Amino acid sequence: MSNPYIVLPVIFQLFVAVTLMFSWTNKNLQKLISVVGSLIALLISILLLLKVNQEGIQTMQAGGWIAPFGITFVADTLSALLVLLTAISGLAVSVFSVGSVRNARIRFGYFPILHLLIMGLSGAFLTGDIFNLYVWFEIIIISSFVLITIGGEKAQLEGAIKYVAMNLLASVVFLTAIAILYGLTGSLNMADLSLQVAKVENRGLVNVTAILFLVGFGIKSAVFPLYFWLPASYHTPPPAISAIFGGLLTKVGVYAMLRVFTLIFIPDTFLTAVITIMAMLTIFSGAVGALMQNNIRKVFSYLIICHIGFMLAGLGVYSTLALAGAVFYLVHDIVVKTNLFMISGLIFKFKGTYSMRLLGGFYKEQPLISLLIAISLFSLVGIPPLSGFWGKLLIIQGALDSANILLIGFIVLGSFLTLFIIARLWSEVFWKDPQELPKKEHIKYFNELKPLKKQAMLASVVFLSILSLGIGFGAEWVMRMAMHIAENLMDPSAYIQAVLGT
Amino acid sequence: MKTIIFKSASVYLLPLLLLFSVFILLRGHYLPGGGFVGGLMASIAFVIHSFANGVENTKNIVKFHPGFLMPVGLALALLAGSLPLFMGETFMTGLWMDQPVPVIGTVGTALFFDTGVYLVVIGVTLTIIFTISEGL
Amino acid sequence: MELLLVIIIGLLYAAGIYMMLRRSLVKLIIGLILLGNGANLLIFLLGKIVKGEPPIIGPSEKMLGEIYADPVPQALILTAIVISFGLQAFAIILIKRAYKVVKTDDLDEMYATDEDL
Repeated sequence: MSNPYIVLPVIFQLFVAVTLMFSWTNKNLQKLISVVGSLIALLISILLLLKVNQEGIQTMQAGGWIAPFGITFVADTLSALLVLLTAISGLAVSVFSVGSVRNARIRFGYFPILHLLIMGLSGAFLTGDIFNLYVWFEIIIISSFVLITIGGEKAQLEGAIKYVAMNLLASVVFLTAIAILYGLTGSLNMADLSLQVAKVENRGLVNVTAILFLVGFGIKSAVFPLYFWLPASYHTPPPAISAIFGGLLTKVGVYAMLRVFTLIFIPDTFLTAVITIMAMLTIFSGAVGALMQNNIRKVFSYLIICHIGFMLAGLGVYSTLALAGAVFYLVHDIVVKTNLFMISGLIFKFKGTYSMRLLGGFYKEQPLISLLIAISLFSLVGIPPLSGFWGKLLIIQGALDSANILLIGFIVLGSFLTLFIIARLWSEVFWKDPQELPKKEHIKYFNELKPLKKQAMLASVVFLSILSLGIGFGAEWVMRMAMHIAENLMDPSAYIQAVLGT
Repeated sequence: MKTIIFKSASVYLLPLLLLFSVFILLRGHYLPGGGFVGGLMASIAFVIHSFANGVENTKNIVKFHPGFLMPVGLALALLAGSLPLFMGETFMTGLWMDQPVPVIGTVGTALFFDTGVYLVVIGVTLTIIFTISEGL
Repeated sequence: MELLLVIIIGLLYAAGIYMMLRRSLVKLIIGLILLGNGANLLIFLLGKIVKGEPPIIGPSEKMLGEIYADPVPQALILTAIVISFGLQAFAIILIKRAYKVVKTDDLDEMYATDEDL
């Protein structure tokens, strides 16, 4: 169904970014615009999801050029849901930034670039054109480059170099894959490609292209042999920036894989085997990496990798149940990972360090905040009624149906290692006897902040914690939606028909 | 570079190239040209000036920070792109005036979009160049 | 023409990867630039090179008659060039800043991110 307004989440974020640029000098005004803009964006994306739920897949042809010739925007349930989650994380990070980001960074244009990043993310989720997806990816990475370097501390710049190099390489691989795909089929529209790729006789070349896409998206989503840039860079920027990175950037890669490997390339046994093996090794290496770390932000960075493996496992099993599990886990992971990095920022504001060895006694000092943090930590582990449990359950069910015992073993192992890591983190940070930490001059501690800033930081953590509780307790509703998405992913004919209108 | 010929030529080249860049911008709708090329050409005008006279002098010619051109250009392009939305058309559809304007010809939203691109390109390029040449 | 382009693309990719594997930051950027150019030429090649007219419909005609060049690869390359222009400019500024702060352009010397704090 044609609907010209589905690009509104994208256009609105650009509008907010432009408005923020005009109020460059006034930092309080910028904070206000950013929070209000994020609230309105949240409203828009809720409306979009409701509309898609009621009336089915919505499409828009940019400039009125009919598909497959023009650029198509498609909002199916998966896209609309992810746009909604982007808006939710965007709002939380925007509110958290009001409390935590230093004025020097705001003067360098922190807020406009944050909104450009969210615009890029929404665009990547909504587009139905493979080259346009590349363009949105570039918008995302250039905004993230600026965000990761703003401030220019030594570790930040070194992390940024690794991040920039790997992401630029990923873009080149992605572009090469698009070039070959265009040479094979002469089309860029994803729905049209779905039909054209099936007709190509040279299956070997199709598989090579698929692997190129897998490598390109694999670097971006940090899967097993390609993830080394992530733990080297995600712990360097300020917590608000880590939060939006950890919550959303790797997940765009996962979304792109879910889309490309269900719509354009239907995986054969070779491809699913490759993806499954990558998933197992990702889970294992992420979990083992997290075991070795002392910096809590590095622990969370490795846990991102570990849990990307779960989603990849869902894609590797390639059944409706497993894909539904992957989608459910994606929803849970975006909310929880954003929250965890904000929590690490909160702990830093109290104690002035990220080191688990030095931290301790947090529970005794701040029992209420500790309980709040516990919600997110235990959702991450996936203790039953909390949100992490249901996605994993679906993936394991799917893997059982296809009798992939080894994969189940790795998923269970990954879960137990996560449990162990979180338990260790809990006992080190919250229960261990506190040490006397020297006061650091350049840090503004939590109790020195203005009340508004304190409330902003706490409010965003509370908001996401309640949401993750909601996902856990309202699992039936989310699961129904995830099943619907997975059915549409397995049988993309509705998507193709909505875009091409035949 | 401190040669008198280059230095005196740059003074005349700056307005000439700026004028030419506007010509390229306007030419771009049906013929080769357009906002991106025009914008690059305009920034080249400033780059030549900065080569001849030093970056500080070029910064003095541009009275405001070139980064300010970015939001202006983006706003113009955004407006031109989303204007059709208010008329019930899809994003980025070209809307055209009924009557041609003297000299320029028929004006449509595409012209404003391209002008937006032109301004953004100048803003970005000059910001990059001024940043790179800082403290060299 | 095709064969020549294939060889050039292969050389650009090979040189780009080789440069990226070096430890120097400047060579890293040069490698990325070469890779980007290789990818752009690849799009150009895979858009099928034909000797024909530019894809412009004349004022008196309704559709393209003669053999014409595919305009899509050119649009893609232009977009990719614009994007890589921005990214490379950023990367160059970044390595300059990093060089000023870290005082080396050897990637092996950059281990502040691995410190166990």
